[in-house]
Amino acid sequence: MKRYYQPEVETASYEEIRQIQNEKIVKQVRYVYENVPYYRNLMEKKGVTPDDIKSVDDIKKLPFLSKDDLREAYPYGLLGTDLKNCVRIQSTSGTTGKRVVAFYTQKDIDMWEECCARAIVAAGGTEEDVVQVCYGYGLFTGGPGLNGGSHKVGCLTLPMSSGNTDRQIQFMMDLQSTILCCTPSYAAYIGESLAEQGYKPEDNKLKAGIFGAEPWTEEMRQEIEKSLGIKAYDIYGLTETSGPGVAFECEEQTGMHINEDHFYAEVIDPKTGEVLPDGEKGELVFTSLDKEGFPLLRYRTKDICILSRKKCSCGRTHVKMTKPLGRSDDMMIIRGVNVFPSQIEAVLLKEGYPPNYQIVVDRVNNSDTFDIYVECTPAMFSDIIADMQAKEKKLNLAMRSMLGIGPKIHLVAPKTIARSEGKAVRVIDKRKLH
Amino acid sequence: MAITQLSAFLENTSGTLCDALTTLTEAGVNIRALSVADTKDFGILRIIVSDIEKTKAALSNDTLVKETPVIAVKMNDKTGALKEVLSIFKAEKINVEYVYAFTGSAQGDAYVVLRVDELEKAETILAQNNIKTLNDSDITDYLK
Ligand SMILES: [Zn+2]
Repeated sequence: MKRYYQPEVETASYEEIRQIQNEKIVKQVRYVYENVPYYRNLMEKKGVTPDDIKSVDDIKKLPFLSKDDLREAYPYGLLGTDLKNCVRIQSTSGTTGKRVVAFYTQKDIDMWEECCARAIVAAGGTEEDVVQVCYGYGLFTGGPGLNGGSHKVGCLTLPMSSGNTDRQIQFMMDLQSTILCCTPSYAAYIGESLAEQGYKPEDNKLKAGIFGAEPWTEEMRQEIEKSLGIKAYDIYGLTETSGPGVAFECEEQTGMHINEDHFYAEVIDPKTGEVLPDGEKGELVFTSLDKEGFPLLRYRTKDICILSRKKCSCGRTHVKMTKPLGRSDDMMIIRGVNVFPSQIEAVLLKEGYPPNYQIVVDRVNNSDTFDIYVECTPAMFSDIIADMQAKEKKLNLAMRSMLGIGPKIHLVAPKTIARSEGKAVRVIDKRKLH
Repeated sequence: MAITQLSAFLENTSGTLCDALTTLTEAGVNIRALSVADTKDFGILRIIVSDIEKTKAALSNDTLVKETPVIAVKMNDKTGALKEVLSIFKAEKINVEYVYAFTGSAQGDAYVVLRVDELEKAETILAQNNIKTLNDSDITDYLK
């Protein structure tokens, strides 16, 4: 069985990858400077010219691009080539503010689909496989990306798109799908629906799933793997850089290999913009090394993660990123420690509490107070005070081991923490820091 | 025999106990016994009531309620009854989580509720020692 889609790049030595990146970045910065006036302006403001960029080590001299820049430049401001050279548009859902519209040349699409093909092969995909793609098709990148990757590998592709679960299950059973591609929450839902219809995990022919486009936890992975009888692989990407496949998981399941020959990754301190060494937690920044249609340099993803160059047992040499640990917008610094609501949520779910909570941070006598209000559950409730205090303590210890600092846990009655229509107010920071 | 105690989770803010009791009174529930244990954040209301189903129905769906079998003994059958029960439990290594007392309808009647960790064992031992305990129908009928 083929272990890699493009073994020569996927297992290239660090020096070889660096060389590919160095050659590409010099050309790419010049390309962007000459074709994207918006970015040339930012470079001029910073006093940087293409001549200053001789290798990826010089990337740190370049200005950042943020979501705000994308909004300001909407729709054509960051286009890298004539529209006549572009063949596709994909777009984000646009839940917050103006949507992001990304342009692709045929070369961009091929590169993107190759990245997805690498992910499918890493999940064990070959031309013998039947790949059921139930990510949404259309403007959303999920469906088209995995669909294209599946074609490149030569798998029989089922372009199901999302929804209509009964039909998904019928096709899965009748056409013996072996690889499932969708969001993790939909995979969990399909698992539940299969069980409701009386199917056991061994009744389907699935062997792997490639799940992404939303945050999910290790616990959720285990649940999905059990209910579908598969190995579940994570995949990462964003429309701004291409779509899914920027990074993908291998059989080691300890982080996602970033396709470094196409995307240069940095982790920065979200407050200062300073580049952090590998192993430190910070905001992920991507520079696309060879895109033509929408060639973003130093795009700030707002995703917080950690990069690791630890040798991987799969043989791939590309740097690995952790699952996003949170959003840089949501980061709190409490007693000098970076804390993300998503970490708190993960602990609550693991300990059996509803992910409905409120964090209150305050400063008393120059020291930060950190309180988490959690709704009590029937399983947690006891008529004996000591039992409940023991459970509070267990939750406190679990939080402490995840976050590095211990919050004060307060149990409150069910459904008393405000649930609003939009984004719930999870964090109340009463400190006057600014 | 054991009787059924209901416990409810109360937030430790002013008025929650009053609200809960008002709800029960309005529903026509007769509270035979009551005890509250609390921490800084929350309290646990423990009650022995005339009608368990009516009580559960009266409390809102979102209220955390739990039924627990507890032991209730009449105190004035003979002097030192509580002491006797506690020494039996001690000898048998049965842990008492909490205790509270209530009075009966007849003048001078007093009862004690005991929550133990090993209920069945406790019941057997009390029976062997001829100590009478109440059951749910005693609460609804006999204690009227
Ligand atoms: Zn690997």
